[in-house]
Amino acid sequence: MQPQEKLVFKPSEVLVDRPTHYCPGCQHGTAHRIVAECLEELGLAENAVCIGSIGCSVFIYNYLKVDAVEAPHGRAPAVATGAKRARPDKFVFAYQGDGDLASIGLAEIMHAANRGERISIIFVNNTVYGMTGGQMAPTTMIGQATTTCPAGRCEDKEGMPMKMAEIISQLGGTAYCARVAVNNVGNIAKAKKAVKKAFEVQLNGQGFGFVEFLATCPTNWKMTPIDANKRIEEEMIPYFPLGVFKDRTAEEE
Amino acid sequence: MTKTAPERIFVKGNEAVAHGALAAGCRCFFGYPITPQNEIPEFMSKALPEAGGEFVQAESEVAAANMLLGAAACGIRAMTSSSSPGISLKQEAISYMAGSQLPAVLVNMSRGGPGLGDIGPSQGDYYQSTRGGGHGDYRLLVIAPATCQEAYDLIIEAFDLAFKYKNPVMILGDAILGQMKEPVTCWKPEGHNDHAESWQLDGCKGRDPRLIKSLFLEEGALAEHNLVLQAKYEAMKAEVRYETFECDDAELVVVAFGSIGRIVKSTVRSLRARGHKVGLFRPITLYPFPSEALAELAAQGKRFLTIEHNLGQMVDDVRLAVRKHGDSDFHAQMPGTLPNPDDFEKPILERLGGK
Ligand SMILES: Cc1ncc(C[n+]2csc(CCOP(=O)(O)OP(=O)(O)O)c2C)c(N)n1
Ligand code: SF4
Repeated sequence: MQPQEKLVFKPSEVLVDRPTHYCPGCQHGTAHRIVAECLEELGLAENAVCIGSIGCSVFIYNYLKVDAVEAPHGRAPAVATGAKRARPDKFVFAYQGDGDLASIGLAEIMHAANRGERISIIFVNNTVYGMTGGQMAPTTMIGQATTTCPAGRCEDKEGMPMKMAEIISQLGGTAYCARVAVNNVGNIAKAKKAVKKAFEVQLNGQGFGFVEFLATCPTNWKMTPIDANKRIEEEMIPYFPLGVFKDRTAEEE
Repeated sequence: MTKTAPERIFVKGNEAVAHGALAAGCRCFFGYPITPQNEIPEFMSKALPEAGGEFVQAESEVAAANMLLGAAACGIRAMTSSSSPGISLKQEAISYMAGSQLPAVLVNMSRGGPGLGDIGPSQGDYYQSTRGGGHGDYRLLVIAPATCQEAYDLIIEAFDLAFKYKNPVMILGDAILGQMKEPVTCWKPEGHNDHAESWQLDGCKGRDPRLIKSLFLEEGALAEHNLVLQAKYEAMKAEVRYETFECDDAELVVVAFGSIGRIVKSTVRSLRARGHKVGLFRPITLYPFPSEALAELAAQGKRFLTIEHNLGQMVDDVRLAVRKHGDSDFHAQMPGTLPNPDDFEKPILERLGGK
């Protein structure tokens, strides 16, 4: 190191130093990093149980230095419920994609939220089934072409894209619910704040914590990473507004 | 295992299972209502919180079984119970728990099928229980009690076996066992060592993180994993259990399990009183199946009649067991009906007289 060099950034201790398996420009990696930083800053890593789900992010356990178990497709909130009920003193969080959470696992996420399970869910919405090759997801946008709606999603046939953060915020057990994006530095900072809040409501026993990430899937969107990032700003945020939809900590203040 | 503090209770089979599970140290129960097993979750919803445990009525059987997976990964004694259609929904998580080598106890108080069927008794889930039921190459330890006392005793052992083999264990009963009332002598095992410290998820303080999974993508890794699982299923054969009754000089041995095994026992007793040389062989573990003991009886020249409350499932295992020396006839008690000992006299006497 040159004497004039100053360390301004260092990866979280909770992150494993290894090459990524995600595609270039995929924001799963950024979301992982935020989760790792929050675990570290709150001192949770050594007391955490991570629930991995199905999809491109199934390998989250390869990137975080935490105990982990793999859940069947969509069932992460149920697995997390079991883990938390078995060991209420552990910090339990799950990481799910949109096919996983908003389609096959809709019952599990709604009921875990409604029961107010003391767990935290990181939900990555990239409007597509990534791992299986870009099929339509419940969050696919109107007009967006996928391999199973090649002419573009059509409201008449396929329904409107589901706004999960809005839905989850309506459920009684939800203590914190926000939607974030990681398309620019400012939003990344806000995303981290939201994840921290979601973790804190679990720590304080206040209820269920949920953070929806709007994220890119350049591969299945058939876009460059830069264009994919632009799509977040121009198409996704207008339909999936960012912000905090529920914050029980604020209500209690 | 020593038995302490004996207490006599008069309960349904479902309640016997629940009392036994509590005595075994079960601390988490995840369920969803379905007849004829509702007394189990109902009992647990009160008893478990009082014992410092957790009860969750899940949103579905799918969720209940996955909650069980999560609790099992934390090294906790946990269980779920259901009946046939509900057990079908639990198969997803059962396959994952088998693949992830997690200890869990599942109770199936089975009913008539296929489909919604009826709420009457049936043994139609024999294949599903003993052949895997979910996807992939795996086996459950399957135990079939015939009395309320056995239901109590065997669920206590089910928890020990689940942890011993790090594998799901199924108690396979039926609507008869679940709904009948009998006196049960309660006992409590004196502590247990689950040896879960070496694998359970409890936060990675002071050690490397642990991972519980069933995904093996590297070349050859899944093959290796399956060989480990198969070796375990072989080792489970040490747990084989069965009851024989009046088999020594029997010309015909009736093979029947669970409630039907118990009803046939009465038939055999009454036929014996009239001088007929008939005996009963009742498998208690359905996996591992008591093949060797049956083969020995076959080698002695005995003939066999398998009676089941279905259209012919366990009879396949009986035939495989005795095939070097003979065969087994089959009598079907139609699913959903409630047989009594007299119903089995005719089919048994027919086989005794024949050949
Ligand atoms: C029961 C079941 N059905 C289907 C699949 C196949 N599958 C694997 S990943 C996936 C899609 C996941 O998409 P998403 O949750 O959006 O995550 P992403 O890959 O986009 O991160 C599907 C359908 C499966 N593993 N299990
Ligand atoms: S397919 Fe999409 S979600 Fe999956 S790694 Fe590639 S960019 Fe990311």
